Amino acid sequence: MGVALTRSAQWTAAGYGTRTLETTPLNEAILQEIIIFIESFIYKHPQEAKYVFVEPLEWKTDLDPSAFELGYVVSETTVESEEADKNGQPLLFFSVPQIQVRSFGQLSRLLFIAKDRKLKEAQACIEANRNPVRKILGFDYNAVIEDSSVLNILDKITEDNDPESQVKMKIAMLLKELDLHLLNHSLKHISLEVSLNPEAVKNDVELLKRFSGKGEETVLESITYTSDYEFSNGCRAPPWRQILGEMCYVLVKPHDVETLCITCSAEGVFLNGGKIDEGEINYERKGAIYKDLITFLKNTSAKFSEVMSKEQIRFNELQNGKDQPNETSDKKESDAIPKAVDGSDKGMLEKKQINFGKRQMAKRLEPSLNWKTTVDYKGRRSSLRDTHKEKRGGKLEKSAPSVSPGKTQLACKNVSKTEEIVSESSSESEEDEEPPDHRQEANADLPSEYWQIQKLVKYLKGGNQIATVIALCSLKDFNLAQETCQLAIRDAGGLEVLINLLDTDEVKCKIGSLKILKEISHNPQIRRNIVDLGGLPLMVNILDSPHKSLKCLAAETIANVAKFRRARWAVRHHGGITKLVVLLDCAQNSTEPVQSSLYDARDEEVARCGALALWSCSKSYANKEAIRKAGGIPLLARLLKTSHGNMLIPVVGTLQECASEENYRDAIKAERIIENLVKNLNSENEQLQEHCAMAIYQCAEDEETRDLVRLHGGLKPLASLLNNTDNKERLAAVTGAIWKCSISKENVTKFREYKAIETLVGLLTDQPEEVLVNVVGALGECCQEHENRVIVRKCGGIQPLVNLLVGINQALLVNVTKAIAACAVEPESMIIIARLDGVRLLWSLLKNPHPDVKASAAWALCPCIQNAKDAGEMVRSFVGGLELVVNLLKSDSKEVLASVCAAITNIAKDQENLAIITDHGVVPLLSKLANTNNDKLRRHLAEAISCCCMWGRNRVAFGENKAVAPLVRYLKSNDINVHRATAQALYQLSEDVDNCITIHENGAVKMLLHMVGSADEDLQEAAAGCISNIRRLALATEKARYT
Amino acid sequence: MYLYFHFTVKKSEVECLIILFQRLVGRGDVRLDNAGLDRNAFRTILYSLFGMTDEKLMNRVFFAFDKDNDNCINVNEWVAGLSVFLRGTFEEKLKFCFEVYYLNGDDGYISREEIFDLLRNSLHQLSSKEETDEGVKELVDITLKKMDYDNDGKISFADFEKAVKEEKLLLEVFGQCLPEAKICLDFEALAFRHLDTS
Repeated sequence: MGVALTRSAQWTAAGYGTRTLETTPLNEAILQEIIIFIESFIYKHPQEAKYVFVEPLEWKTDLDPSAFELGYVVSETTVESEEADKNGQPLLFFSVPQIQVRSFGQLSRLLFIAKDRKLKEAQACIEANRNPVRKILGFDYNAVIEDSSVLNILDKITEDNDPESQVKMKIAMLLKELDLHLLNHSLKHISLEVSLNPEAVKNDVELLKRFSGKGEETVLESITYTSDYEFSNGCRAPPWRQILGEMCYVLVKPHDVETLCITCSAEGVFLNGGKIDEGEINYERKGAIYKDLITFLKNTSAKFSEVMSKEQIRFNELQNGKDQPNETSDKKESDAIPKAVDGSDKGMLEKKQINFGKRQMAKRLEPSLNWKTTVDYKGRRSSLRDTHKEKRGGKLEKSAPSVSPGKTQLACKNVSKTEEIVSESSSESEEDEEPPDHRQEANADLPSEYWQIQKLVKYLKGGNQIATVIALCSLKDFNLAQETCQLAIRDAGGLEVLINLLDTDEVKCKIGSLKILKEISHNPQIRRNIVDLGGLPLMVNILDSPHKSLKCLAAETIANVAKFRRARWAVRHHGGITKLVVLLDCAQNSTEPVQSSLYDARDEEVARCGALALWSCSKSYANKEAIRKAGGIPLLARLLKTSHGNMLIPVVGTLQECASEENYRDAIKAERIIENLVKNLNSENEQLQEHCAMAIYQCAEDEETRDLVRLHGGLKPLASLLNNTDNKERLAAVTGAIWKCSISKENVTKFREYKAIETLVGLLTDQPEEVLVNVVGALGECCQEHENRVIVRKCGGIQPLVNLLVGINQALLVNVTKAIAACAVEPESMIIIARLDGVRLLWSLLKNPHPDVKASAAWALCPCIQNAKDAGEMVRSFVGGLELVVNLLKSDSKEVLASVCAAITNIAKDQENLAIITDHGVVPLLSKLANTNNDKLRRHLAEAISCCCMWGRNRVAFGENKAVAPLVRYLKSNDINVHRATAQALYQLSEDVDNCITIHENGAVKMLLHMVGSADEDLQEAAAGCISNIRRLALATEKARYT
Repeated sequence: MYLYFHFTVKKSEVECLIILFQRLVGRGDVRLDNAGLDRNAFRTILYSLFGMTDEKLMNRVFFAFDKDNDNCINVNEWVAGLSVFLRGTFEEKLKFCFEVYYLNGDDGYISREEIFDLLRNSLHQLSSKEETDEGVKELVDITLKKMDYDNDGKISFADFEKAVKEEKLLLEVFGQCLPEAKICLDFEALAFRHLDTS
């Protein structure tokens, strides 16, 4: 977090004493990210959470000692954690108002304790500890991190082998990761705000002015505003033009072009119709819109562009520190170092990289530093912002290092244009962010490969077929997995040539070109360039080629390129999906004459490559549909019967991806695919096992499929795969499959036989969230049966489950609450849950922002209240708990409402609690819900109403709030559960005379009479009771009339 | 005719090839052993039947066919050569291509000068002849770097074999000397059409 904190976070202007963080959205976002990191630390990295910091983090807190509970020794003004280090020192020591924390575990717990004051605590902590990394890891590790090269860190690890420094290194890496993440995050924030404003334009103009004048070395001859008058908002355009977003007009005379009259508006910068007379301008737009003045000029004047690239360093310097504009650039750079040092030594190296960004070129090209390049780039951007406090910092940077700014601009435009056309629903989120496009600078210190590649590309461009093939073959000898080489090909203009070659008739050239494209398309930037250059339609065409090896290569390249949404769209749009599906059909080729071509591949290989490409494409919803419509499923099913390992992985991968759609799941069932998935669970290949389990996970939503998995003997391999916990991806897939399969009772019985439940309990700790969600989900299903509940309790599963209630992952919380609800049915388990304070934790989940979690927690409270000893007393002990529950009746979610009604039903069984919730206004809130058509809600609402009738004048109050008439209508529902609950409620309500009349008036008697004949005894009784109340009232009135 | 049994061409197909040869030579009734195709006639055949265009390479292909160096292709050489064209195994084609390329040097190597000669026209004319020659020279260096495994400045058969086995695209690295697969099919359909019908 070091870099992010010093560079991105907006500190208040330097003052004496401690500086504070400004309250800005960016800072808040950064703090939130840090909080999420710390909160999840304790269960994501349990090992590292125990690590004791070199120095404690110390700050002034607003927390009260009384907030600390379990695990802490609390006195009036001090708190000590029970958790202590080797010397017995507590890891958390709090003496009002100073707090000292020495482990991530304690930090995590502290944040939980702080609840809604998390943000404040995090801010205070960071303000007081300006160099947290150093305090956590000690000085030398701090230096290592700043050095930031992976190699160094690896060296360090191999040097000292003791476990503690390994933990330290792990933490160092984690912090580095967080730092990157924060920078990334703040960059997104900043980029959101980028749009031209008067101040930005003014800065640009002023800067350019400084570099303008006569002579060779200046960027422009002159630059002036058309108007000297500046409005208070910083604009110079006349007010009627300001309405259109225009800010000012600038007259620019570059060296090589006529004087230009330019409009600067909020949308961007463009050429206007020019000056007509004194003070009159033809405002009409005459050219393209550019994002700022510099970009505009670069594209308009070649001379400007040339001088600019020379002046870039100076220009940047000036943007960084405008206070000393007259110094030469060299001097500035050497100054920067000592300044950085006394600023904060940890930022030093980073700062150096910022200022010497250009000189780092050679280094930047080394593969191991690839990820670092992005850091530098981002660091630079955010640093500009830091010193500048303006929204335009990144702009110059972005266009500056490009070899040909014009081209970049064009590409960008294309991108945005196509992106607009593309509007497909896509289920995936990964990979869709555009990575920053860093082109390499010319004239920098480049490795020899760069020049060699450049030369070869020259032969590609200027040679006949013979020279082209030789160049292609030589190009292939470079290490194309290395980013330097990939970008060198692109920067030399090789991508265009390679793609053009795909459009020729020369088989050899196509093969050679695809062999290279296949390799370099592993690079995300290259992928985008290929798509931008229109490579995909050509590759799709090649899929029809008679040469099998050519088909294979094209399909493989498509598989690499189609890793992002726009590319997948392009493949489908050009009919690629159908052609790829045809590749899967091995048999159809056998009728063709055998060609004695050198470029043949085996049919299976063709099918494998087709499947590989489909796998990539199948991440988009529309492509899944297209694959199905093209008849891909039977073909995939057929391929699944083969036994080639490397064929099966893409096939199962595609199926697993597609199984998220319901009609696929049906087709998968129909094609008897489950059988083969189960078979391949027993494969040796871990990846294959993972994908098979994943596919089963997706498909087992369906009951029949769950039975099929069992019938084909899939449960046993699943259960035995649980024992291997090293491969977390596979473990997540396997536990997912077990979860979904255990929805069927018969499967649960099998799992118990295979001792899977015990193993699952063992997986409740020290696992990543993806695994935990599934494990807990599976346990929740298993615990529906008594026997399994006993197993879970005996294996000590309750404690870890309750511990998971403090997490933040919504899916996990939903599953955990369900599992606890299932366990709480057992009185013995309930005792444990209550002892661990599980009910309080459940109750606090009612405050969770996510409705699913709220509902699930409320459902879980029901069995807890039913089965806990002294439940009434326990419920009352939660301060503000009852009010919270009652207020949840204002929720919008039907599921939350139903669950809260159920909870209220249970709460109201205790008279004292009923009195309290009545005071909190439960009656009018329940009455307001009465007009609903949702049977689940109706049932629980009716139950809640009948329970709430037991206090004071609640019966009357329900009548007054007009809850009775809608209730009568519930009797027309088709659900017998609703009937029973409603009859009981009506029976209770009919004790009041006015309600009796309402019930009668709404025609309940006939329906109730019918229900007296029901097979359900409770319903019989309630219906009869209600009728008798009505009848008794009638008799009484008659009697009154006659006497 | 049993002589040709070791080729993958069937006996009946060999007969067809002989008939074709006789027709091309135009003296079907004369004794076969003395009849033959001279260089010009053979070049025309390569051009019209097998779609080859490069004069220089067609000459070389002629010499590769002409095993006994009598400047005339007899029926044995014709059948042997065509069997490589039509049904040659990878190894046979490899050998054939190498023979075409190294032809002038009798030492069994493709020398640097020869490569230069072969690649002379492979670049689009640059501004001056010197510049083009410079470019070709560099291309020769690139080729040698790629194919000359033992670094003796020339390509031996072992070098060639290794390079081509690694990258099949290099089989016809210095220009086309084998007909394309599609043309072979067309040719077979034409030459063996009597077999299909019978």
